[in-house]
Amino acid sequence: MKSDSSLNQLRPLTSTPPEIGRREFILNVDSLVTRLNNGARIVDDISFSLKQGETFALLGESGCGKSMTALALMRLLPDGIRVASGDIKLGEEDILALPEYAMRKVRGGQMAMIFQEPGLSLNPVMTVGDQIAEVLTLHQQLRGKEVRPRCVELLEQVGISDALRRASEYPFQLSGGMKQRVMIAMAMAGQPKLLIADEPTTALDVTIQAQVLKLLRDTQQKTGMALLLITHDLGVVAQMAHQVGVMYAGQIIEQAPREQLFARPAHPYTQKLFAALPDAGRSGQPLAAIPGNVPPLGAPLAACRFAPRCDKAWALCHEQVPEWTQLENGQGVRCHLYTSQMGSEKLNLKTSLSPAPSNVSGEGAGEEGRDTFLQVENLQVHFLIRKGILQRTVGYVKAVDGVSMNIPEGRTLALVGESGCGKTTVGKALLQLITPTAGSVRFAGHELIGITARQLRKHRAGMQMIFQDPYASLNPKMRVAEILQEGMDALSIAKNSDERQRRIDELLEQVGLEKASKWRYPHEFSGGQRQRIAIARVLAVNPNLLICDEPTSALDVSVQAQILNLLKSLQQQLRLSYLFISHNLAVVEYLAHEVYVMYLGRIVERGTVAEVLHTPKHPYTQALLSAVPRIDGQGMKTIRLPGETPSPSRPPQGCHFHTRCAHVMAKCREVYPGETIISATHRVHCYLAAE
Amino acid sequence: MIAYLIRRILYAIPILVGVNLLTFSLFFVVNTADDMARMQLGMKRVTPEAIEKWKQQHGYDKPLLFNAHAEGISKISDTIFFQKSARMFAFDFGSSNDGRNVAREIQTRMMPSLAIALPTFLIGLLIYITFALLMTLFRATALDMLGVSLCVLLMSISGLFYIIGGQFVASKLWHWVPISGYAGGLDSIKFVLLPVLIGVMGSVGASSRWYRTIFLEEIGKDYVRTARAKGLSELRVLFRHVLKNAMIPILTGVVVVIPLLFMGSLLTESFFGIPGLGSYTIDAINAQDFSVVRAMVFLGSMLYIAGLVLTDISYTIVDPRVRLQ
Amino acid sequence: MIYLLLATVLAAALWIRKRPHLVLPWQRVAKGSVGMVSLLLLSLFVLVGLLDTMHYRAALSEKSNGQTVYSAEVLSVFDALAKGIKSRSEKTYSAPLAAYLYAKESMETSEGKILRDYPRLRYGGAHLADPQRELLGDVLKRTGIGALEGLLIGVLLIAVSNMLFHFFVKFRTVWSSAGREISKDNWISTFTRAMKNKPFKALLITTLLIAMLLGITVNLAAVYHVLGTDKVGQDVLYLALKSIRTGLVIGTVTTLVMLPFALLLGIAAGYLRGWVDDVIQYLYTVLSSIPSVLLIAAAVLMMQVYIEMHPDWFETSAARADLRLLFLCLILGVTSWTGLCRLLRGETLKLRELEYIQAAQAFGVSSSRILTRHIVPNVMHIVLIAVVMDFSSLVLAEAVLSYVGVGVDPSTMSFGTLINSARLEMGREPMVWWTLAAAFGFMLVLVLAANLFADAVRDAFDPRLNRT
Repeated sequence: MKSDSSLNQLRPLTSTPPEIGRREFILNVDSLVTRLNNGARIVDDISFSLKQGETFALLGESGCGKSMTALALMRLLPDGIRVASGDIKLGEEDILALPEYAMRKVRGGQMAMIFQEPGLSLNPVMTVGDQIAEVLTLHQQLRGKEVRPRCVELLEQVGISDALRRASEYPFQLSGGMKQRVMIAMAMAGQPKLLIADEPTTALDVTIQAQVLKLLRDTQQKTGMALLLITHDLGVVAQMAHQVGVMYAGQIIEQAPREQLFARPAHPYTQKLFAALPDAGRSGQPLAAIPGNVPPLGAPLAACRFAPRCDKAWALCHEQVPEWTQLENGQGVRCHLYTSQMGSEKLNLKTSLSPAPSNVSGEGAGEEGRDTFLQVENLQVHFLIRKGILQRTVGYVKAVDGVSMNIPEGRTLALVGESGCGKTTVGKALLQLITPTAGSVRFAGHELIGITARQLRKHRAGMQMIFQDPYASLNPKMRVAEILQEGMDALSIAKNSDERQRRIDELLEQVGLEKASKWRYPHEFSGGQRQRIAIARVLAVNPNLLICDEPTSALDVSVQAQILNLLKSLQQQLRLSYLFISHNLAVVEYLAHEVYVMYLGRIVERGTVAEVLHTPKHPYTQALLSAVPRIDGQGMKTIRLPGETPSPSRPPQGCHFHTRCAHVMAKCREVYPGETIISATHRVHCYLAAE
Repeated sequence: MIAYLIRRILYAIPILVGVNLLTFSLFFVVNTADDMARMQLGMKRVTPEAIEKWKQQHGYDKPLLFNAHAEGISKISDTIFFQKSARMFAFDFGSSNDGRNVAREIQTRMMPSLAIALPTFLIGLLIYITFALLMTLFRATALDMLGVSLCVLLMSISGLFYIIGGQFVASKLWHWVPISGYAGGLDSIKFVLLPVLIGVMGSVGASSRWYRTIFLEEIGKDYVRTARAKGLSELRVLFRHVLKNAMIPILTGVVVVIPLLFMGSLLTESFFGIPGLGSYTIDAINAQDFSVVRAMVFLGSMLYIAGLVLTDISYTIVDPRVRLQ
Repeated sequence: MIYLLLATVLAAALWIRKRPHLVLPWQRVAKGSVGMVSLLLLSLFVLVGLLDTMHYRAALSEKSNGQTVYSAEVLSVFDALAKGIKSRSEKTYSAPLAAYLYAKESMETSEGKILRDYPRLRYGGAHLADPQRELLGDVLKRTGIGALEGLLIGVLLIAVSNMLFHFFVKFRTVWSSAGREISKDNWISTFTRAMKNKPFKALLITTLLIAMLLGITVNLAAVYHVLGTDKVGQDVLYLALKSIRTGLVIGTVTTLVMLPFALLLGIAAGYLRGWVDDVIQYLYTVLSSIPSVLLIAAAVLMMQVYIEMHPDWFETSAARADLRLLFLCLILGVTSWTGLCRLLRGETLKLRELEYIQAAQAFGVSSSRILTRHIVPNVMHIVLIAVVMDFSSLVLAEAVLSYVGVGVDPSTMSFGTLINSARLEMGREPMVWWTLAAAFGFMLVLVLAANLFADAVRDAFDPRLNRT
C-alpha cells in the first residue's frame, strides 16, 4: 500500500453498505449528560449508537462538547468534569457501572482512542515500539519474544516503511503523519471493537490527511471495527461517515445518514454550515455567515441553543427547548420547525439557502491598467545552520529560495502550500520583519530591501499584516482603543487625539464591532471578534496591501465566513490588495484572483484561480487539489502523495518534488525545471508541462 | 560529544576568569595592598619600609590589572591579578593566614564533607521523590492537601531550628548519638547519622513540593492521556511514563548540585563540629581569612560549571531528543 | 523612603483598580481564604515593622539656651507604644510568666540571714503578694479578661468596618444609580450576605482570634514577661517584635535592589539578543557560579574590613549597624537577581516571537516602546510571583547569615542575632529555651504567612494554572 501514487478512484461512500444494517450494535449511548462540578452542563443529553463496521461522525465547531463526549465514553474526563447521568453500553457491558480495574481492560482493549495532536500524544522518551508493546502485553497477553514481531507487523500494517528500525526510534524522529500512523497502530494493537478518533487529521497537511483517512478506512474494512470520528470538517465527514451527528453547544441537534444530511440538512444550523463553506461557485457573492459566536461550553441555556443566531427563530425558540423529532429516512432533528404548527408553516415558506447575490461591481473591470503595487523579484530568505566548536556556519535552510510575484491594486494573490513550505516567511520578509537574504521588494516604486529603519518607516503604513492566531496577535494587557491607536501613533497618522478617537470609532464600525468595545480588553472577545480587531488595527494606518497569513485557519467555519465576507467587502470599498497566505484551497478559490503554489521555498505553479485550480499543470498542485476532501464527495480522482515534504535544509537535487512525484523522469532528478509558459498568466515549473 | 565538551571547557575559562576578577576587585577596591600589609603587620606603627617589604615578599608590589611599564604580553601577566589568579588554575591556592597550605587543607577536609553531603543528597532525593509521587498519586484528595500543607509548614521553618532542635532531641534528651565531632573509618557512622537526618529534614518541604509540581505538570500532558487510554493503571502511568519525563526538569536542578557536594554544608558542619570544607569556610569567614575564602569561591564556581556540564550530559541519558553538539 | 514605598504601593493599587484585567487575578487572590488570612497576618507584621520604622528623637525635658535638646537615642513609635515592656528589664534570665528569676542569688532575708534562692523579679509579677499561690490564678484571670477584651474590640472593629463598607457600597450605588435594590437593605443584611462568603468568614474568625490573642498579650505583658527575659534581663517579647522590622527590611529592600537589575537585564537580553544577550548571560553565569553564601560572605567580609578601617565615619554605633543592614540588603540584592533575570530572559524570548509584537514591529514601533508597552506588562506576573516567593526565603536567609557571622550587625535586633545568642543558652542546665522558641515561633508565623500568601498569588497569577 505504500507503493505508487497511481490515480485511483476514491470509492465514493454512496450509501451505508446494506450489510451494516443487519449487524449488532456495538455502542449505545443513551441520554449522556456530563457536568462541571459547579453544575454547568458540558454534554447535554446525547444519544447515538454504532454498529460493527460503521463510522459515526460527531460534527461540530470548537467548544461544542464533542471531545468531552468521547472522553466520557473512555471514562477519561478531566478532573472537575463528571458524567452526571445517562447510559453507555459497549456491547453488553455497561461502561459507567464497571469498576475501575475492569474499565482498564476495556480501554485500549475493546475501545481505543487516537487524538488530535500526534506530536504531543506520544511519550517523547519512550521508543515507538515500547509504547505499542505496552498495549500488547496488557491486552493481548503477549510475552517476551512474541511482542517485537507483532509490533513490527502492526507498524507495517499502518504503512510505515522500514518498520523494524522505526520500532526502536523515538517519536521525535518521526514526522507528524508517521506519528499519527503509530497512534493508529497502537490503537489497533488491542484489536478494539470501537475506535474513537478525535480530530485525527486536524493537525496534519491535506496530503497527509488524505493518507491517514485512507488508512483509517482500510483498517476499518479489514477489521470490521466501529469508528467514532470526531471532527469539525464537513469534507472529512463526507469522505468517512455513514452516520452523522451534528453537535451544537453540548447537544446533538441533528442526526442522519450521511447522504441524507448532505442532500437535505434539516436543522437551520446544519443548513447554514453548508452555506458558510466557501468555494468558487460563490466567489461573486458573500458567504452565508452565521451571525454571532458559538456559545461557550457550559453556558446555561434554557431555550433552543441556536435561537440567538438563527434567522428562522421565533418566540417559541427563545422560550422552550425543542424536543428530539424523528423524521423519515433515519433523520432526526432538535428544532421547533419540525415540532409545531408554526414551524411547518415557516418551513413551507421556501427560503433559499444562500443569500441573494449581491451586485458586485468592478469584477473583471479594469483588468488592464492596474498599477502593480508590489513587485517582488527573486526573494530569498536563508537561515544559517551553525555547528561545531566555533559555531561555524555549515549550511543554510533555504526557507524562501527565489520567489517573484506582482500584486496589482485591488487584487488578491493567494500563496498556497503545505506547512513548512516557506509561505509565512515570504509574508514576513516582505514586511521586513525577517531580513531577506537577497532579492528585491519594490513597494509602490520604492525598494524596501537594504534601506534604513527610518526610511522603511515611511513605507510601513502602506503594507500591513493580519496574523493567523487571533489569540496571540493582540496584546492582552491593552484596551482595544490602545491597540488601534498604536499604529497611528507610530506612523503619526492622525493629528490630534479627537481625530484619533473619531477614527477609532469609524474603524470599529467598519469591521462590524460596537463602538463601546474600544474600552474593553481582548480577552472579552471571541476568536472571530479578535480577528476583526486585528483587521481594524491594520486599517488604522490606511494600508494599500494587506498580507493575510492564514487569517481564518484558527476560526470555526461559521465565523470564518464572517471574516471572509469582511475581507471581501473591505477590498471592494478600499480597493485593497491582498497577499492571502493559506493552505485552504476552498477559501483561496473563493477569495483570490491569482494563485501561487509554493513547494519547499519555491513557486512551482502560478496563474489565475481558474487556471491553477481547474486545470492544474504541476503534479504537486494536482495532488494538493485532489487531497482536499470535498463535501460532494464524488467524481474527484485522488492522487495519493507518498511520503512527506523533505526538509528545506536538504532539498532534493533537481526538481524538489521528484521524490514524491508519480511522473518522475530521469531529468527531474538532475536539474530544477525552468518556467514553462502555459498562457499569459499561467506559468509552471515542470518538465511534464514543457513537453 | 567530544566537541561539545571541549567547547564547554573553553567556555568555562572566561567564566572562571570573571569569577576571579570579581573576587579580586571586591577585595582590592576596598583594600589596597598597603592596607593589607598594614593589617598583616599589625595596625599600629608600621613603617612604610615594612609595608614595602611585605608587599615584595607576598608579590603585591605590582600594578593591579594592567602593567603600563612592561612590554608585550607581560603588560597583562606581570600584575597582581594575573600572578595570583593564574596559580588558581593550577590549584595552587597559596597559604592561609596561619601559614598552612590551603590546597592541602582542602584535600584533607574533602572526605568528611563528602561523608555528610553525599548520603544527605542520595537519601534526600529518594525520600523527596517518593513523597512527591505519593502526593501526585493521591492528587486532589485530602491526603494530597495534608501533604502539601505539611510541606509548606516544613519549608517555613528555619533550617537552624532543625539543627538545634535535632541536636537537642537526639543527643541531649535521648542520648542516641554524640552531639558533635567526627572520626574516621567505621566510627564515622554515628557522627554522620544525625547531620544526614537533619540535612534531609531541612529541605523535605521545599523539594517535595517542587517535585510534586513537576509531576503534576507532566500528568496534565497529552501523552499521559494516551497512556491511560491504553488501559494502563494509574501506578504504571506514573512510573513508566510520568517519572521518566519528569526526570528531565528534575535533573536540571539536581545534577548541578552533585559536584558542589564536595564543598560540604556550612551550617551542618559547623554545628556538628565536622572538620569538613564547610566548617573550614565558616572559620575562614570568621577569621577574615581572605585567601581561604577566595580559594573556596574559585573551587565552588569550578564545581558549579562542572555541574552544568554534567547536567547536559545527564540529559542525553534521559532525553533521547538531546544530542550534544 | 519607607513612605515613598507605601505611596507607590497605594498608587499602584489605585492604578490597578482601573484596569479590569489586572484586578481579576487579585480578585482571585481575594477569593481564597488561605490567601486572605495570610495577608491579614502579614499586614499585622508589616504594621509592627512600620511602627518600628517611624523614628524620632525624644525631646529632653530640660532645655538649654532655649533650644530643644534631643536625646541621643533614636526611638521609634513602636518603642513608645511598647515602652512598658522595653523599660522593665530584669537582672538576667527569667522564664515566661515567671515571678522569680531563673538563677539563684544570694539574698539577705529580713532576719539578716544570707540565703541562696531564686529572687523575686523586679517587675514580673511584682504586684503579687505571694506568687507561689497567686500566680496561676492571676495569669488565668488576666488571660480571661484579655480574651474578652480582645473579642470585644475585635467585634467592634468588624462592626465598624462593616458599617463603613456598607455606606461605601451605598454611596457608590447611589452615585452609579444602578443598583437601587442594594441600597435598600440595611447594614446587618450586608453583613449576613458577606458571611456567606467563605474567605470573609475565615477572615472574620482570624481577626477575632488575633484580637483575643492580642488582648491576652497586652493584659499579661502589663505585669509579666510573657516570653521571659534574656541574659541581660531584656523582655524577649520586645526583642522578637523588634526583630520583625529587620526581617521585613531585608525582605523588601533586597527585592527593591534586585528588581531593576533582573527586569532591565533580563528583558534586554531576551529582546535585543545578539551581543547584549551574550554579555548579560556571561554576567549571570559568573555570578551564579559562585556559591551564594560564599559570595555574600566575601562581600560582607570586605565591607567589614572597610568599616573597621574607617571607624571615624560613623557617629553612632546605631548608624553603623543601620548602614551595615543596608549594605547587606545591597549585597543580597546584587547576588540574587540572576534567577529572576534568567526567567525573564526566557519569557521575553518567547514573547518577542508572538504575533502582537510582530504587528507592532510592522508598524515601525520603536524598540523602547515595544519593551515598555508590550513586554514589561506581560512579564509583570512573573516578577510579582518571584518577588513574593523570594520574600520568605530572604527572611530565612537572614537568620542563617547572621549565624554564620556575615549577617546583620550583632547589635541589630534580628531573628538571626536572637537565635545566635540563644543557641548557647541551650547548653545551660537547666535549659533556657524561651528565647529560641520565641525567635523560631515568630519567624515561623511570618514565613508561613508569607509562603501561603505567595502561593495564593502564584495560583492567581500563573497563566498555566488557571485555564478556565
